[in-house]
Amino acid sequence: MPDWLYNFPETIKLNIREPIDEFISYINVNWEGFFDAVTKGLRGMLKGVNWFIGIIPWWVLVLAVFILTWITTKKPLRAVLYSLLLIFIGSMGLWSYMEQTLAIVITSVILSLVIGFPLGILVASGKKADAIIRPVLDTMQTMPSFVYLIPAVMLLGLGNVPAVIATTIYAIPPIIRLTSHGIKQVDAEVVEAAHAFGSTRWQTLIKVQIPQAMPTIMTGVNQTIMMALAMVVTCSMIGATGLGSEVIIGINRLEIGRGFAAGISVVIMAVILDRLTQGIYKPKGGDLVAEQSRGFIKGK
Amino acid sequence: MPSKAEVLLKVNNLYKLYGVNRQAARDLMKKGADKSEILKQTGVTVAVNNVSFEVERGKIFVLIGLSGSGKSTVIRCINMLQQPSSGSVIFENQDIGKLSRKELLEFRRTKASMVFQNFGLMSHRDVLGNVAYGLEIRGVKREEREYKAMEMIKMVGLEGWEHQNPSSLSGGMRQRVGIARALTNDPEMLLMDEPFSALDPLVRRDMQFELLSIQRKMNKTILFITHDIDEAFMLGDMIGIMRDGKLIQVGTAEEMTSNPADDYVRDFIVSADKSRVFCAKHVMITPSSLIRLSDGSGKALSIMKRNGVSSSYVIDDKMTFIGVLTLEDAMKARSENLSVESLVIRDVETVKEDDLIADIMPQAARTRFPLAVVDEEGRLKGIVSKAAVLSSIS
Repeated sequence: MPDWLYNFPETIKLNIREPIDEFISYINVNWEGFFDAVTKGLRGMLKGVNWFIGIIPWWVLVLAVFILTWITTKKPLRAVLYSLLLIFIGSMGLWSYMEQTLAIVITSVILSLVIGFPLGILVASGKKADAIIRPVLDTMQTMPSFVYLIPAVMLLGLGNVPAVIATTIYAIPPIIRLTSHGIKQVDAEVVEAAHAFGSTRWQTLIKVQIPQAMPTIMTGVNQTIMMALAMVVTCSMIGATGLGSEVIIGINRLEIGRGFAAGISVVIMAVILDRLTQGIYKPKGGDLVAEQSRGFIKGK
Repeated sequence: MPSKAEVLLKVNNLYKLYGVNRQAARDLMKKGADKSEILKQTGVTVAVNNVSFEVERGKIFVLIGLSGSGKSTVIRCINMLQQPSSGSVIFENQDIGKLSRKELLEFRRTKASMVFQNFGLMSHRDVLGNVAYGLEIRGVKREEREYKAMEMIKMVGLEGWEHQNPSSLSGGMRQRVGIARALTNDPEMLLMDEPFSALDPLVRRDMQFELLSIQRKMNKTILFITHDIDEAFMLGDMIGIMRDGKLIQVGTAEEMTSNPADDYVRDFIVSADKSRVFCAKHVMITPSSLIRLSDGSGKALSIMKRNGVSSSYVIDDKMTFIGVLTLEDAMKARSENLSVESLVIRDVETVKEDDLIADIMPQAARTRFPLAVVDEEGRLKGIVSKAAVLSSIS
């Protein structure tokens, strides 16, 4: 039997690597001004967030976590536990690293929400937008996260700014998906009622669709935060400072304790952020919708 | 008041076709092809086929038909939630189809309010917020709109519930919210799309009475949709029967009964027999007094005396129905020192919960005592009196 039936024939060749490389270096050269502006803007935003976190004394943060947990979960023991866990991070000498990580997460999440929420509404309202954005989202979610690091570095260099970009790209799909899913699953009769009473499209959106979709949208916010936190650690490979960089140093120097301490801190941050954002929005009419949308996430 | 009633709404030659190849469908329609034939040949669904009718001010017009007969589409063409394919809707001498976007919003806000089958209430707002919604989007100030909303909430009998979430209300109460919401706009006309179909039969009955009393009080014009002929007869000043998108007959209940246009209408009217809808469980009540088999005659007497009855139902410890004990027998038991068990009348007729009223009518007619309703294991669930059977089918 001929060889080409067993091995994929070398004569069929399609080179996409070089065109992509060329494309990136093309925009790198020709869009320099644009990327400079983006870098500057993001750096400014990051600085602002950093400054804000910086002026909060450590004990205020601990207290805030304590109070917020108590209010949202109504469980004082859990509030004590979370505060202690936060203090645990500080006691490992990782407080300032945690703050840096938090700054990147917050910046990325703000960007994701500002871009993702309107996009989600757009996807919900039009079949065309859905047809365009859905495959893009699928690609974004299945693409290995490391791949985002390469163009981010090429275009924006090393450091926290490309980390914010990569994190935003990685974290934006859930807010888009769940915003659109939430709006689409609003009871058709309720939307029809809004129209029948003479609501404009804007009124229907603001007064009926978004509030009705809120539990699902909040699940999206929660997911976006979680994904941002996961990505920010990966981003330390391109020079993002914070807990992730401690992990990288731990790997490079084979310092297991160092890596583990930073890793545990990330887990603690994740747990606190997750529980707090889940607890913030309590729908008036029971948790049914929120539960349904959680099921939707798990089903994915 | 004008001597001749004023026509508020006029629907002329209304068509609604769904699908791409509508012209071909029209051609077929002209040749007299029916709905399924057109669907097969062109892929076009004829939802509404040349419907014309008039609704007079202050009257209730009921459109009745099976599901898929196009009645819901008709009502949605009135306020242009669905664009008619052709034909016109004239409301107060204004062609609704020719209104601008803005005028149409105004029409929906002030002239015609809708009530939905599954209520269409917003779960993120309380009852008050739902009822005030129509005024809110018109830009009415909070104080004023909540004042008006409260008036309507009181009117439908939901005072004290205004800060509850709709999801914590029963079906009947939810639809009261839906009606209050529609009335708050003070519209000329209510468009009610099977408003009571999701409610159970007894609640539905209450709501029908309530709607009638509200209608008499506020003198609203109502276009009401239902698939229940009893509801249509009870509410409708005028009734239109729809089938496969066509309006077959329009008339008063009497006209329809005495002079049905065709067999379809006749069959529909025959189905108006309530006794084929209600079951024993819908009309049964809890017996006021129960005697256990193990009770002595003295206790049995005192139970009857306390409840003011001359006979009582006897059960065993597991609620299994045994029979009936009369006052005379209880007295006899006490004077002659007999046990209750020996004097219980055991050949009492029993019926099951899901038995239709029509089927238990003969039993109810010949029985001495109210019928005992029992479940599969023979446990007593309630009793049905002759009066209850009769009033349920009146």
